[in-house]
Amino acid sequence: MYRSQKLSLRYFGAAVALFGVMIVFGLLSALYYLHPSLLFDVFNFSTSKTLHIDTLVIWLLMGFLGAVYWYLPKELGREVEGMWLAELMFWIFCIAVAIVAAVFIFVQYGSSNEFTLWFINQGRKYVEAPRWATIGIVAVMAVFAYNVVATCIKAHKMTGIMWVLVIDLVPLLVVYLDAFPAITNMSVDLYWWWWLVHMWVESTWEVLIGCVMALVLMDVMGTSRRIVEAWLYIEVMLVLGAGILGLGHHYFWIGTPEYWLSIGGFFSALEPLPLLGMVVHAIYDAGTHRMKTTNRPAFYWITAEAFGNFIGAGIWGFMMTLPQINLFSHGTQWTVSHGHFAFWGAYACGVIAVLYVAKQQVSGVNFLDGRAWKWGFGLLNLGMIGMVMGLLLAGMAQAFFGRAIGGSTLMAFTTASENPWFVSGIYARFFFGVIFAAGYVVLVYDLLTAPKHLPMPQATPEPA
Amino acid sequence: MKPEATGSGTIAARLDLQDPLFWRAGAVSVTLVMIVVLAFLSVDSMRVISVGGRNVPNYDVINYRIGYQFDWSRKMDVPVIGGAQPLFGKTVTEAEATALMDKGKLVIQSRNCMNCHTIFGNGAYYGPDLTKSWLDPAWSQIWMPMTGKATREDAMVEFLMHPDKYPTWTRQMPNLNISEDEARATVAYLKWLSAIDTNGFPANFGKANTSR
Repeated sequence: MYRSQKLSLRYFGAAVALFGVMIVFGLLSALYYLHPSLLFDVFNFSTSKTLHIDTLVIWLLMGFLGAVYWYLPKELGREVEGMWLAELMFWIFCIAVAIVAAVFIFVQYGSSNEFTLWFINQGRKYVEAPRWATIGIVAVMAVFAYNVVATCIKAHKMTGIMWVLVIDLVPLLVVYLDAFPAITNMSVDLYWWWWLVHMWVESTWEVLIGCVMALVLMDVMGTSRRIVEAWLYIEVMLVLGAGILGLGHHYFWIGTPEYWLSIGGFFSALEPLPLLGMVVHAIYDAGTHRMKTTNRPAFYWITAEAFGNFIGAGIWGFMMTLPQINLFSHGTQWTVSHGHFAFWGAYACGVIAVLYVAKQQVSGVNFLDGRAWKWGFGLLNLGMIGMVMGLLLAGMAQAFFGRAIGGSTLMAFTTASENPWFVSGIYARFFFGVIFAAGYVVLVYDLLTAPKHLPMPQATPEPA
Repeated sequence: MKPEATGSGTIAARLDLQDPLFWRAGAVSVTLVMIVVLAFLSVDSMRVISVGGRNVPNYDVINYRIGYQFDWSRKMDVPVIGGAQPLFGKTVTEAEATALMDKGKLVIQSRNCMNCHTIFGNGAYYGPDLTKSWLDPAWSQIWMPMTGKATREDAMVEFLMHPDKYPTWTRQMPNLNISEDEARATVAYLKWLSAIDTNGFPANFGKANTSR
């Protein structure tokens, strides 16, 4: 095992731990909806919610870093350059996350001055982490970029996947610099904030996970490199072709010109296409290999990734992206439903697939299967779908009663939130959240348990 | 390139997937075109959304009455700037207004408002949207009687400083130790915010049970 793969195991451990923290604060945030007086003036909703969404971003990011550190030496056939620096950055990353979390929990907020922005809370959604920690993340990403590029140069070898990855590092770093400013004009502030949130999540990360999925497919199913690379280019073309101007669906209501309604509506309606392509890709590969794989959990999680990405990001996004609907659905639990489904399908399932790839190599079995992973897979997906449906119900009640009929005032907001559909949806969300948490426990148990040595399943004869 | 011994006669072959270079050229060119288009649109958007631009008023708009009415030519609700209505009864200069806004935005960030509320629909959905909160009838109908204040802005300041004393529902706003200066700056910020043209979002604000 390469030294870089040992580092990625550490990243996977930290990612799974933060995944758990995210679930804890997700359940707590859901509980405030049912018991609004919970911890009132002691530990408010905003703090719990901040921890929920920030740990989401960090655990996925750590999962991606782990995945790339895992595959980089395999892909290039040599140890990663500058490993000591990468290992140092891992510990800096972990300590920074712990300090930021402690400050969020115990200090929570500050006065309206620059000190608060630098050391307590920046108060911009997803980039609440104070500026010092943001600098830390930039440093981690810079070292990561250095590791990838330097290893490619030293290896005198470039593959198509590596080219895509290296070029993707540029926006991954540059767009993140947008996490610093505190522009007074809210329209301009949100204009650039969306570059960070959309361009990271709907473009740069999609490309990154596309690279990781290409590597996993070659690994667990033996798909040929040419096919995987051609698909990766097609995906990049469609993701960026639709996604860069698809940014416009965030520019409907923030003060930006009216032409964004047409541009954003048109291009974001195209955004499901590359995700549909991934589904076709996965089914096609599974078919050509007669569902034969050496790593069954990884295979199932990749399939869940393809379908989840298409349905959660693609269909759920399309459902609310046209401006005529978005005028009413925007900023309700409908958005939350889409957010949960999309992050789960597009990224979480992919990261979990890589965790199982790593588990197989660490435990040295030729064929990975068992019973526990199926329970984890089932409970996590059932929990997620249940939460998404509950939130969708609640969000539609808000869109119709709060926005379309009520006109979005405080009274309209309150009335919609007391609507029985809203309330039952919110209860369903908590219930399925608990099921999701149970699935997480099984997942962790299964990842940490040594697998049995199973015989390879009997190969089906290849068609002539 | 060395041909690989897989896939001849498969869907991959028929789709011409044997030639990744073709698709690579496509990916690169499509991306570059889109980035250039986005750059042009961003330059134009910045012109429109800068303070004093077509959609975003100057900060001293807080000296005037602000309304929100349906515009039949644009088929959407638009903000309407009316006659003089100075905030806290005092007309401010552009420089004073800018100082208030800088402060107000810092309050909104330092108190993490967006992780309960939303602005332009972006945020956390636990509290009501603040885009047009300055125009919310709840200030005159609920909080002015409750706080015993004579004006909307005074009621807002009192509420922001002691939200836990004036609950309107089971979900309450917590006390975030907002000082009087901070509260006044926040009120100014919310008044300016309500004057931004948001392409009609939120629709029908405050018009339920009226003539429409």
